Amino acid sequence: MQPLVRLAGVSKRFGSGTEALSGIDLTIGAGEFLSLLGPSGCGKSTLLRLVAGLAEPSAGTVAWAGGARPRIGFVFQDATLMPWTSALENVRLPLRLDGRLPREEQRARAAAALSDVGLGGFERAYPRELSGGMRMRVSIARALVTQPAVLLMDEPFAALDEITRNRLNDDLIALWAARAGAMTVVFVTHSVFESVYLSSRIVVMSPRPGRIARDLAIPGPAPRPAGFRTSADYAALCRGVSEGLEAAMA
Amino acid sequence: MMGRPTGRLLAHAIPALAGILFLAAWEGLVRWYDVPAYLVPGPVAIWQALTGDWPMLAGSMLVTLKIALLALLAAVTLGGLLAILFAQSPILERALFPYAVVLQVTPIVAIAPLILIWVDDVTLSLLICAWIVAFFPVLSNTVLGLNSADRNLVELFRLYGATRWQTLMLLRLPSALPFFLAGLRVAGGLALIGAVVAEFVAGAGGTGSGLAWRILEAGFQLKIPRMFAALALISACGIAIFAALGLLQHLLLRRWHESAVRAEG
Ligand SMILES: Nc1ncnc2c1ncn2[C@@H]1O[C@H](COP(=O)(O)OP(=O)(O)OP(=O)(O)O)[C@@H](O)[C@H]1O
Ligand SMILES: [Mg+2]
Repeated sequence: MQPLVRLAGVSKRFGSGTEALSGIDLTIGAGEFLSLLGPSGCGKSTLLRLVAGLAEPSAGTVAWAGGARPRIGFVFQDATLMPWTSALENVRLPLRLDGRLPREEQRARAAAALSDVGLGGFERAYPRELSGGMRMRVSIARALVTQPAVLLMDEPFAALDEITRNRLNDDLIALWAARAGAMTVVFVTHSVFESVYLSSRIVVMSPRPGRIARDLAIPGPAPRPAGFRTSADYAALCRGVSEGLEAAMA
Repeated sequence: MMGRPTGRLLAHAIPALAGILFLAAWEGLVRWYDVPAYLVPGPVAIWQALTGDWPMLAGSMLVTLKIALLALLAAVTLGGLLAILFAQSPILERALFPYAVVLQVTPIVAIAPLILIWVDDVTLSLLICAWIVAFFPVLSNTVLGLNSADRNLVELFRLYGATRWQTLMLLRLPSALPFFLAGLRVAGGLALIGAVVAEFVAGAGGTGSGLAWRILEAGFQLKIPRMFAALALISACGIAIFAALGLLQHLLLRRWHESAVRAEG
Protein backbone atom coordinates (compact mmCIF):
# COMPACT_ATOMS: atom_id res chain seq x y z
CA MET A 1 0.00 0.00 0.00
CA GLN A 2 1.25 3.48 -0.89
CA PRO A 3 1.89 5.69 2.12
CA LEU A 4 -0.26 8.79 2.11
CA VAL A 5 0.98 10.69 5.12
CA ARG A 6 3.76 10.01 7.59
CA LEU A 7 3.83 11.38 11.11
CA ALA A 8 7.31 11.19 12.56
CA GLY A 9 8.08 11.90 16.21
CA VAL A 10 5.02 14.09 16.52
CA SER A 11 4.35 15.67 19.91
CA LYS A 12 1.88 18.29 20.92
CA ARG A 13 2.11 20.35 24.06
CA PHE A 14 -0.48 23.05 24.70
CA GLY A 15 0.23 26.44 26.18
CA SER A 16 -1.42 25.27 29.37
CA GLY A 17 1.36 22.69 29.73
CA THR A 18 -0.80 19.68 28.86
CA GLU A 19 1.16 17.18 26.83
CA ALA A 20 -1.56 15.80 24.56
CA LEU A 21 0.63 13.70 22.26
CA SER A 22 4.12 12.36 22.61
CA GLY A 23 6.40 10.70 20.08
CA ILE A 24 3.76 9.59 17.59
CA ASP A 25 5.13 7.64 14.64
CA LEU A 26 2.36 6.69 12.27
CA THR A 27 2.16 6.07 8.55
CA ILE A 28 -1.29 6.14 7.03
CA GLY A 29 -1.62 4.27 3.77
CA ALA A 30 -3.59 5.55 0.78
CA GLY A 31 -7.05 4.02 0.66
CA GLU A 32 -7.06 2.76 4.25
CA PHE A 33 -9.96 2.97 6.63
CA LEU A 34 -8.11 3.66 9.84
CA SER A 35 -9.77 4.05 13.22
CA LEU A 36 -8.18 5.84 16.13
CA LEU A 37 -9.44 4.15 19.27
CA GLY A 38 -8.75 5.25 22.79
CA PRO A 39 -10.17 6.60 26.03
CA SER A 40 -11.33 10.17 26.45
CA GLY A 41 -8.52 12.70 26.62
CA CYS A 42 -5.85 10.53 24.98
CA GLY A 43 -5.34 13.03 22.17
CA LYS A 44 -7.38 11.57 19.31
CA SER A 45 -8.94 14.87 18.33
CA THR A 46 -5.60 16.59 18.64
CA LEU A 47 -4.02 14.05 16.31
CA LEU A 48 -6.79 14.52 13.79
CA ARG A 49 -6.39 18.30 13.89
CA LEU A 50 -2.66 17.94 13.29
CA VAL A 51 -3.36 15.80 10.23
CA ALA A 52 -5.92 18.33 9.00
CA GLY A 53 -3.43 21.15 9.44
CA LEU A 54 -5.72 22.95 11.90
CA ALA A 55 -2.92 22.79 14.47
CA GLU A 56 0.86 22.55 14.28
CA PRO A 57 2.89 19.90 16.13
CA SER A 58 5.21 21.14 18.89
CA ALA A 59 7.80 18.66 17.65
CA GLY A 60 8.08 16.23 14.77
CA THR A 61 6.72 16.39 11.25
CA VAL A 62 3.60 15.60 9.27
CA ALA A 63 4.73 14.76 5.74
CA TRP A 64 2.35 14.10 2.88
CA ALA A 65 3.19 11.92 -0.08
CA GLY A 66 3.67 14.30 -2.98
CA GLY A 67 4.63 17.13 -0.66
CA ALA A 68 1.36 19.03 -0.38
CA ARG A 69 -1.67 18.33 1.74
CA PRO A 70 -4.37 16.84 -0.48
CA ARG A 71 -8.04 17.81 -0.39
CA ILE A 72 -9.47 17.04 3.03
CA GLY A 73 -13.00 16.55 4.28
CA PHE A 74 -13.66 16.96 8.00
CA VAL A 75 -16.65 15.74 9.99
CA PHE A 76 -17.07 16.94 13.55
CA GLN A 77 -18.73 15.21 16.48
CA ASP A 78 -21.85 17.29 16.02
CA ALA A 79 -23.07 18.14 12.59
CA THR A 80 -21.75 21.73 12.73
CA LEU A 81 -24.07 23.07 10.06
CA MET A 82 -24.89 26.69 9.38
CA PRO A 83 -28.40 26.96 10.85
CA TRP A 84 -29.36 29.97 8.73
CA THR A 85 -29.32 28.21 5.44
CA SER A 86 -30.60 25.12 3.67
CA ALA A 87 -29.08 21.65 3.51
CA LEU A 88 -28.07 22.27 -0.09
CA GLU A 89 -26.27 25.50 0.74
CA ASN A 90 -24.52 23.82 3.65
CA VAL A 91 -23.24 21.08 1.39
CA ARG A 92 -22.28 23.59 -1.30
CA LEU A 93 -20.12 25.56 1.15
CA PRO A 94 -16.71 23.99 0.35
CA LEU A 95 -17.26 24.48 -3.38
CA ARG A 96 -18.41 28.01 -2.81
CA LEU A 97 -15.34 28.86 -0.74
CA ASP A 98 -13.16 27.35 -3.42
CA GLY A 99 -15.01 29.37 -6.01
CA ARG A 100 -13.65 27.71 -9.12
CA LEU A 101 -16.79 25.96 -10.31
CA PRO A 102 -19.70 27.94 -11.69
CA ARG A 103 -22.62 28.28 -9.31
CA GLU A 104 -24.93 25.93 -11.20
CA GLU A 105 -22.30 23.21 -11.21
CA GLN A 106 -21.75 23.74 -7.47
CA ARG A 107 -25.47 23.29 -6.90
CA ALA A 108 -25.62 20.16 -9.00
CA ARG A 109 -22.71 18.57 -7.17
CA ALA A 110 -24.11 19.49 -3.77
CA ALA A 111 -27.46 17.95 -4.74
CA ALA A 112 -25.69 14.80 -5.94
CA ALA A 113 -23.73 14.57 -2.69
CA LEU A 114 -26.95 14.91 -0.73
CA SER A 115 -28.60 12.12 -2.64
CA ASP A 116 -25.48 9.95 -2.16
CA VAL A 117 -26.07 10.08 1.57
CA GLY A 118 -29.77 9.31 1.11
CA LEU A 119 -31.08 12.85 1.46
CA GLY A 120 -32.37 13.47 -2.04
CA GLY A 121 -35.45 15.68 -1.72
CA PHE A 122 -34.21 17.49 1.39
CA GLU A 123 -32.22 20.15 -0.45
CA ARG A 124 -34.35 23.02 0.80
CA ALA A 125 -34.74 21.80 4.38
CA TYR A 126 -33.10 23.85 7.09
CA PRO A 127 -30.93 22.05 9.68
CA ARG A 128 -33.50 22.51 12.43
CA GLU A 129 -36.08 20.74 10.30
CA LEU A 130 -33.90 17.61 10.12
CA SER A 131 -33.35 14.84 12.65
CA GLY A 132 -29.97 14.35 14.31
CA GLY A 133 -29.09 11.49 11.98
CA MET A 134 -30.11 13.47 8.91
CA ARG A 135 -28.02 16.43 10.02
CA MET A 136 -25.04 14.12 10.34
CA ARG A 137 -25.68 12.93 6.80
CA VAL A 138 -25.68 16.53 5.58
CA SER A 139 -22.38 17.01 7.37
CA ILE A 140 -20.95 13.92 5.65
CA ALA A 141 -22.25 15.08 2.28
CA ARG A 142 -20.52 18.41 2.85
CA ALA A 143 -17.25 16.61 3.60
CA LEU A 144 -17.59 14.42 0.49
CA VAL A 145 -18.72 17.07 -1.99
CA THR A 146 -15.17 18.05 -2.91
CA GLN A 147 -14.28 14.37 -3.54
CA PRO A 148 -11.55 14.56 -0.92
CA ALA A 149 -8.55 12.25 -0.88
CA VAL A 150 -8.79 12.14 2.90
CA LEU A 151 -11.87 12.06 5.08
CA LEU A 152 -11.25 12.89 8.73
CA MET A 153 -14.05 12.08 11.13
CA ASP A 154 -14.04 12.95 14.83
CA GLU A 155 -16.54 10.72 16.63
CA PRO A 156 -19.17 11.60 14.06
CA PHE A 157 -21.84 9.21 15.31
CA ALA A 158 -21.25 9.42 19.06
CA ALA A 159 -24.40 11.43 19.67
CA LEU A 160 -26.72 9.13 17.71
CA ASP A 161 -28.86 6.19 18.74
CA GLU A 162 -27.63 2.71 17.93
CA ILE A 163 -30.03 2.02 15.08
CA THR A 164 -29.15 5.23 13.27
CA ARG A 165 -25.50 4.74 14.01
CA ASN A 166 -25.46 1.22 12.55
CA ARG A 167 -27.17 2.43 9.42
CA LEU A 168 -24.76 5.32 8.98
CA ASN A 169 -21.86 2.91 9.56
CA ASP A 170 -23.09 0.79 6.66
CA ASP A 171 -23.56 3.86 4.48
CA LEU A 172 -20.09 5.08 5.33
CA ILE A 173 -18.39 1.80 4.42
CA ALA A 174 -20.35 1.74 1.17
CA LEU A 175 -19.26 5.30 0.32
CA TRP A 176 -15.66 4.45 1.14
CA ALA A 177 -15.73 1.19 -0.85
CA ALA A 178 -17.34 3.01 -3.78
CA ARG A 179 -14.31 5.28 -4.06
CA ALA A 180 -12.18 2.09 -4.27
CA GLY A 181 -8.87 3.13 -2.83
CA ALA A 182 -9.17 6.78 -3.86
CA MET A 183 -10.29 7.90 -0.40
CA THR A 184 -8.56 7.38 2.90
CA VAL A 185 -10.65 7.61 6.06
CA VAL A 186 -9.32 8.40 9.51
CA PHE A 187 -12.10 7.78 11.98
CA VAL A 188 -11.98 8.64 15.68
CA THR A 189 -14.14 6.62 18.01
CA HIS A 190 -14.53 5.36 21.58
CA SER A 191 -16.32 2.25 20.47
CA VAL A 192 -14.51 -1.04 19.93
CA PHE A 193 -17.49 -2.47 18.05
CA GLU A 194 -17.78 0.48 15.71
CA SER A 195 -14.07 0.55 14.96
CA VAL A 196 -13.94 -3.17 14.21
CA TYR A 197 -16.99 -2.99 12.01
CA LEU A 198 -15.69 -0.09 9.95
CA SER A 199 -11.96 -0.34 9.74
CA SER A 200 -9.25 -2.03 7.81
CA ARG A 201 -6.83 -0.95 10.53
CA ILE A 202 -7.16 0.16 14.15
CA VAL A 203 -4.67 2.27 16.01
CA VAL A 204 -5.17 2.03 19.77
CA MET A 205 -3.97 5.00 21.78
CA SER A 206 -3.08 5.24 25.46
CA PRO A 207 -3.54 8.40 27.52
CA ARG A 208 -1.42 11.07 29.18
CA PRO A 209 0.54 11.68 27.13
CA GLY A 210 -1.13 10.19 24.06
CA ARG A 211 0.91 7.43 22.49
CA ILE A 212 0.27 4.65 20.04
CA ALA A 213 -0.21 1.46 22.03
CA ARG A 214 -1.39 -1.02 19.39
CA ASP A 215 -1.58 -1.10 15.63
CA LEU A 216 -3.98 -3.80 14.45
CA ALA A 217 -4.93 -4.88 10.95
CA ILE A 218 -8.60 -5.88 10.65
CA PRO A 219 -9.25 -8.47 7.97
CA GLY A 220 -12.62 -8.98 6.34
CA PRO A 221 -14.60 -7.89 3.32
CA ALA A 222 -15.77 -4.35 2.69
CA PRO A 223 -18.62 -3.53 2.53
CA ARG A 224 -19.50 -5.88 5.34
CA PRO A 225 -21.81 -8.72 4.35
CA ALA A 226 -25.26 -9.00 5.91
CA GLY A 227 -25.12 -10.64 9.31
CA PHE A 228 -21.51 -9.64 9.92
CA ARG A 229 -22.47 -7.93 13.17
CA THR A 230 -23.67 -11.20 14.67
CA SER A 231 -20.96 -13.42 13.18
CA ALA A 232 -18.39 -15.27 15.25
CA ASP A 233 -15.58 -13.63 13.25
CA TYR A 234 -16.78 -10.19 14.29
CA ALA A 235 -17.06 -11.23 17.92
CA ALA A 236 -13.54 -12.67 17.89
CA LEU A 237 -12.11 -9.50 16.32
CA CYS A 238 -13.90 -7.34 18.88
CA ARG A 239 -12.52 -9.47 21.71
CA GLY A 240 -9.00 -9.08 20.35
CA VAL A 241 -9.25 -5.30 20.03
CA SER A 242 -10.89 -5.00 23.41
CA GLU A 243 -8.02 -6.88 25.04
CA GLY A 244 -5.59 -4.65 23.19
CA LEU A 245 -7.38 -1.57 24.52
CA GLU A 246 -7.36 -2.88 28.08
CA ALA A 247 -3.67 -3.70 27.88
CA ALA A 248 -3.03 -0.17 26.62
CA MET A 249 -4.88 1.31 29.58
CA ALA A 250 -3.03 -0.76 32.15
CA MET B 1 -50.79 25.26 26.97
CA MET B 2 -54.26 26.33 25.99
CA GLY B 3 -55.84 25.30 22.70
CA ARG B 4 -54.62 27.35 19.75
CA PRO B 5 -57.42 29.74 18.70
CA THR B 6 -58.98 30.32 22.14
CA GLY B 7 -55.53 30.59 23.69
CA ARG B 8 -54.41 33.22 21.19
CA LEU B 9 -57.67 35.17 21.63
CA LEU B 10 -57.41 35.10 25.42
CA ALA B 11 -53.80 36.18 25.28
CA HIS B 12 -54.92 39.38 23.58
CA ALA B 13 -58.27 39.79 25.30
CA ILE B 14 -56.97 39.68 28.86
CA PRO B 15 -54.59 42.66 28.68
CA ALA B 16 -57.13 44.58 26.58
CA LEU B 17 -59.81 44.01 29.17
CA ALA B 18 -57.45 45.03 31.96
CA GLY B 19 -56.68 48.24 30.05
CA ILE B 20 -60.33 49.08 29.54
CA LEU B 21 -61.10 48.44 33.19
CA PHE B 22 -58.21 50.66 34.21
CA LEU B 23 -59.36 53.54 31.96
CA ALA B 24 -62.95 53.17 33.16
CA ALA B 25 -61.85 53.24 36.80
CA TRP B 26 -59.70 56.29 36.11
CA GLU B 27 -62.54 58.17 34.45
CA GLY B 28 -64.94 57.09 37.19
CA LEU B 29 -62.67 58.27 40.02
CA VAL B 30 -61.94 61.58 38.33
CA ARG B 31 -65.68 62.25 37.93
CA TRP B 32 -66.68 60.92 41.33
CA TYR B 33 -64.20 63.11 43.20
CA ASP B 34 -64.59 65.99 40.77
CA VAL B 35 -60.84 66.25 40.21
CA PRO B 36 -60.09 69.38 38.16
CA ALA B 37 -58.68 68.67 34.69
CA TYR B 38 -55.55 70.79 35.39
CA LEU B 39 -54.57 68.29 38.10
CA VAL B 40 -55.58 64.95 36.64
CA PRO B 41 -57.62 64.86 33.45
CA GLY B 42 -59.75 61.81 32.76
CA PRO B 43 -59.27 59.65 29.67
CA VAL B 44 -62.22 61.33 27.96
CA ALA B 45 -60.71 64.79 28.38
CA ILE B 46 -57.36 63.51 27.12
CA TRP B 47 -59.03 61.95 24.11
CA GLN B 48 -60.77 65.25 23.39
CA ALA B 49 -57.45 67.08 23.59
CA LEU B 50 -55.90 64.50 21.29
CA THR B 51 -58.57 64.82 18.62
CA GLY B 52 -59.01 68.56 19.07
CA ASP B 53 -55.32 69.36 18.76
CA TRP B 54 -54.62 66.53 16.33
CA PRO B 55 -53.03 68.53 13.47
CA MET B 56 -50.57 70.17 15.85
CA LEU B 57 -49.84 66.99 17.82
CA ALA B 58 -49.52 64.83 14.72
CA GLY B 59 -47.08 67.31 13.22
CA SER B 60 -45.00 67.19 16.41
CA MET B 61 -45.17 63.44 16.46
CA LEU B 62 -43.73 63.29 12.96
CA VAL B 63 -40.89 65.59 14.01
CA THR B 64 -39.97 63.41 17.00
CA LEU B 65 -40.42 60.19 15.09
CA LYS B 66 -38.26 61.44 12.24
CA ILE B 67 -35.43 62.29 14.61
CA ALA B 68 -35.70 58.96 16.43
CA LEU B 69 -35.73 56.95 13.22
CA LEU B 70 -32.87 58.86 11.61
CA ALA B 71 -30.86 58.42 14.80
CA LEU B 72 -31.62 54.71 14.73
CA LEU B 73 -30.50 54.50 11.12
CA ALA B 74 -27.26 56.27 11.98
CA ALA B 75 -26.78 54.00 14.99
CA VAL B 76 -27.27 50.91 12.87
CA THR B 77 -24.90 52.08 10.16
CA LEU B 78 -22.14 53.37 12.38
CA GLY B 79 -22.58 50.79 15.15
CA GLY B 80 -22.66 47.96 12.64
CA LEU B 81 -19.66 49.17 10.66
CA LEU B 82 -17.62 49.83 13.77
CA ALA B 83 -18.49 46.36 15.07
CA ILE B 84 -17.25 44.80 11.84
CA LEU B 85 -14.08 46.85 12.07
CA PHE B 86 -13.59 45.70 15.67
CA ALA B 87 -14.09 42.08 14.66
CA GLN B 88 -11.39 42.46 12.00
CA SER B 89 -8.93 44.20 14.29
CA PRO B 90 -8.88 43.29 17.98
CA ILE B 91 -6.32 46.03 18.60
CA LEU B 92 -8.72 48.64 17.33
CA GLU B 93 -11.43 47.13 19.49
CA ARG B 94 -9.26 47.28 22.56
CA ALA B 95 -8.33 50.87 21.80
CA LEU B 96 -11.79 52.25 21.09
CA PHE B 97 -14.35 50.13 22.88
CA PRO B 98 -13.74 51.76 26.31
CA TYR B 99 -14.65 55.12 24.80
CA ALA B 100 -17.87 53.72 23.44
CA VAL B 101 -18.60 52.60 26.99
CA VAL B 102 -17.83 56.08 28.33
CA LEU B 103 -20.25 57.52 25.79
CA GLN B 104 -22.83 55.01 26.91
CA VAL B 105 -22.60 55.53 30.66
CA THR B 106 -22.57 59.34 30.60
CA PRO B 107 -26.20 60.47 31.00
CA ILE B 108 -27.53 62.04 27.84
CA VAL B 109 -29.19 64.87 29.82
CA ALA B 110 -25.73 65.94 30.86
CA ILE B 111 -24.26 65.85 27.36
CA ALA B 112 -27.23 67.34 25.53
CA PRO B 113 -26.68 70.99 26.58
CA LEU B 114 -23.11 70.85 25.31
CA ILE B 115 -24.15 69.41 22.00
CA LEU B 116 -26.82 72.07 21.66
CA ILE B 117 -24.20 74.72 22.18
CA TRP B 118 -21.65 73.20 19.82
CA VAL B 119 -24.01 72.33 17.00
CA ASP B 120 -25.88 75.25 15.50
CA ASP B 121 -28.60 73.28 13.83
CA VAL B 122 -31.15 72.17 16.45
CA THR B 123 -32.42 69.18 14.48
CA LEU B 124 -28.89 67.95 13.96
CA SER B 125 -28.04 68.28 17.64
CA LEU B 126 -31.18 66.37 18.61
CA LEU B 127 -30.18 63.72 16.13
CA ILE B 128 -26.72 63.45 17.64
CA CYS B 129 -28.14 63.07 21.15
CA ALA B 130 -30.54 60.34 20.08
CA TRP B 131 -27.78 58.65 18.16
CA ILE B 132 -25.47 58.59 21.17
CA VAL B 133 -27.96 56.58 23.23
CA ALA B 134 -29.03 54.27 20.43
CA PHE B 135 -25.56 53.53 19.18
CA PHE B 136 -24.13 51.44 21.99
CA PRO B 137 -26.55 48.50 22.08
CA VAL B 138 -26.11 48.02 18.35
CA LEU B 139 -22.34 48.15 18.65
CA SER B 140 -21.94 45.91 21.67
CA ASN B 141 -24.45 43.30 20.53
CA THR B 142 -23.00 43.12 17.04
CA VAL B 143 -19.47 42.78 18.38
CA LEU B 144 -20.65 39.96 20.61
CA GLY B 145 -22.47 38.33 17.71
CA LEU B 146 -19.54 38.55 15.32
CA ASN B 147 -17.34 36.87 17.91
CA SER B 148 -19.74 34.07 18.72
CA ALA B 149 -19.60 32.16 15.47
CA ASP B 150 -19.41 28.41 16.07
CA ARG B 151 -15.74 27.53 16.63
CA ASN B 152 -15.97 24.37 14.59
CA LEU B 153 -17.46 26.29 11.69
CA VAL B 154 -14.65 28.80 11.93
CA GLU B 155 -12.19 25.91 11.66
CA LEU B 156 -14.10 24.43 8.76
CA PHE B 157 -13.80 27.73 6.90
CA ARG B 158 -10.09 27.73 7.66
CA LEU B 159 -9.75 24.15 6.42
CA TYR B 160 -11.29 25.11 3.10
CA GLY B 161 -9.02 28.12 2.77
CA ALA B 162 -11.75 30.74 3.15
CA THR B 163 -10.64 34.35 2.79
CA ARG B 164 -11.30 36.86 5.56
CA TRP B 165 -14.01 38.38 3.44
CA GLN B 166 -15.71 35.02 2.90
CA THR B 167 -15.56 34.22 6.59
CA LEU B 168 -17.09 37.59 7.39
CA MET B 169 -19.87 37.43 4.81
CA LEU B 170 -20.78 33.76 4.98
CA LEU B 171 -20.12 33.03 8.64
CA ARG B 172 -19.64 35.94 11.01
CA LEU B 173 -22.38 38.23 9.77
CA PRO B 174 -25.10 35.56 9.73
CA SER B 175 -23.99 34.40 13.20
CA ALA B 176 -24.25 37.99 14.40
CA LEU B 177 -27.70 38.64 12.97
CA PRO B 178 -29.76 37.48 15.99
CA PHE B 179 -27.54 39.50 18.33
CA PHE B 180 -27.69 42.54 16.07
CA LEU B 181 -31.48 42.38 15.91
CA ALA B 182 -31.77 42.10 19.69
CA GLY B 183 -29.55 45.18 19.98
CA LEU B 184 -31.61 46.96 17.35
CA ARG B 185 -34.78 46.39 19.35
CA VAL B 186 -33.25 47.96 22.42
CA ALA B 187 -31.77 50.77 20.33
CA GLY B 188 -35.17 51.57 18.81
CA GLY B 189 -36.65 52.41 22.20
CA LEU B 190 -33.52 54.28 23.27
CA ALA B 191 -33.44 56.41 20.11
CA LEU B 192 -36.92 57.69 20.95
CA ILE B 193 -35.96 58.34 24.57
CA GLY B 194 -32.80 60.11 23.42
CA ALA B 195 -34.77 62.28 21.01
CA VAL B 196 -37.34 63.20 23.67
CA VAL B 197 -34.75 63.97 26.34
CA ALA B 198 -32.77 66.15 23.95
CA GLU B 199 -35.95 67.95 22.96
CA PHE B 200 -36.66 68.69 26.60
CA VAL B 201 -33.21 70.15 27.03
CA ALA B 202 -33.55 72.17 23.85
CA GLY B 203 -37.14 73.11 24.71
CA ALA B 204 -36.06 74.57 28.03
CA GLY B 205 -34.37 77.21 25.89
CA GLY B 206 -37.73 78.03 24.34
CA THR B 207 -37.44 76.43 20.92
CA GLY B 208 -38.77 73.21 19.55
CA SER B 209 -41.50 71.53 17.65
CA GLY B 210 -41.48 67.88 18.72
CA LEU B 211 -43.70 66.09 21.20
CA ALA B 212 -41.50 66.87 24.18
CA TRP B 213 -41.79 70.54 23.35
CA ARG B 214 -45.60 70.16 23.22
CA ILE B 215 -45.48 68.71 26.72
CA LEU B 216 -43.41 71.62 28.01
CA GLU B 217 -45.58 74.14 26.22
CA ALA B 218 -48.81 72.57 27.48
CA GLY B 219 -47.32 72.62 30.97
CA PHE B 220 -46.63 76.37 30.76
CA GLN B 221 -50.18 76.95 29.53
CA LEU B 222 -51.68 74.58 32.11
CA LYS B 223 -53.30 72.58 29.31
CA ILE B 224 -52.84 69.35 31.20
CA PRO B 225 -55.05 67.13 28.99
CA ARG B 226 -52.90 68.07 25.99
CA MET B 227 -49.83 67.22 28.02
CA PHE B 228 -51.23 63.77 28.66
CA ALA B 229 -52.21 63.44 25.01
CA ALA B 230 -48.62 64.20 23.91
CA LEU B 231 -47.34 61.73 26.48
CA ALA B 232 -49.68 59.05 25.13
CA LEU B 233 -48.38 59.72 21.63
CA ILE B 234 -44.78 59.28 22.76
CA SER B 235 -45.70 55.93 24.29
CA ALA B 236 -47.54 54.96 21.12
CA CYS B 237 -44.44 55.78 19.04
CA GLY B 238 -42.28 53.70 21.35
CA ILE B 239 -44.65 50.77 21.15
CA ALA B 240 -44.87 51.06 17.37
CA ILE B 241 -41.07 51.10 16.98
CA PHE B 242 -40.69 48.15 19.31
CA ALA B 243 -43.39 46.16 17.54
CA ALA B 244 -42.05 46.93 14.07
CA LEU B 245 -38.53 45.85 15.04
CA GLY B 246 -39.97 42.73 16.67
CA LEU B 247 -41.72 41.90 13.43
CA LEU B 248 -38.51 42.43 11.50
CA GLN B 249 -36.72 40.13 13.94
CA HIS B 250 -39.38 37.48 13.52
CA LEU B 251 -39.35 37.65 9.73
CA LEU B 252 -35.58 37.42 9.46
CA LEU B 253 -35.07 34.66 12.01
CA ARG B 254 -38.18 32.53 11.90
CA ARG B 255 -36.68 29.83 9.69
CA TRP B 256 -33.67 29.09 11.75
CA HIS B 257 -33.18 30.80 15.07
CA GLU B 258 -34.56 29.37 18.30
CA SER B 259 -35.75 32.76 19.50
CA ALA B 260 -38.11 33.16 16.55
CA VAL B 261 -39.13 29.61 15.85
CA ARG B 262 -42.63 28.97 17.10
CA ALA B 263 -42.93 25.70 19.01
CA GLU B 264 -44.83 23.17 17.00
CA GLY B 265 -47.40 20.52 17.87
N1 LIG C 1 -6.87 23.81 22.90
C1 LIG C 1 -6.40 23.12 23.94
N2 LIG C 1 -5.72 23.75 24.92
C2 LIG C 1 -5.22 23.07 25.97
N3 LIG C 1 -5.33 21.76 26.14
C3 LIG C 1 -6.01 21.06 25.21
C4 LIG C 1 -6.58 21.71 24.07
N4 LIG C 1 -7.19 20.77 23.31
C5 LIG C 1 -7.01 19.60 23.95
N5 LIG C 1 -6.29 19.77 25.09
C6 LIG C 1 -5.88 18.70 26.03
O1 LIG C 1 -5.24 17.70 25.30
C7 LIG C 1 -5.62 16.41 25.75
C8 LIG C 1 -6.15 15.60 24.60
O2 LIG C 1 -7.35 16.23 24.11
P1 LIG C 1 -8.16 15.62 22.89
O3 LIG C 1 -9.32 16.53 22.68
O4 LIG C 1 -7.25 15.42 21.75
O5 LIG C 1 -8.64 14.25 23.47
P2 LIG C 1 -9.60 13.17 22.80
O6 LIG C 1 -8.85 11.88 22.76
O7 LIG C 1 -10.15 13.67 21.53
O8 LIG C 1 -10.72 13.06 23.90
P3 LIG C 1 -12.29 12.77 23.66
O9 LIG C 1 -12.39 11.34 23.30
O10 LIG C 1 -12.89 13.07 24.99
O11 LIG C 1 -12.76 13.68 22.58
C9 LIG C 1 -6.64 16.63 26.85
O12 LIG C 1 -6.00 16.44 28.08
C10 LIG C 1 -7.06 18.05 26.71
O13 LIG C 1 -7.30 18.63 27.95
MG1 LIG D 1 -12.08 14.31 20.88
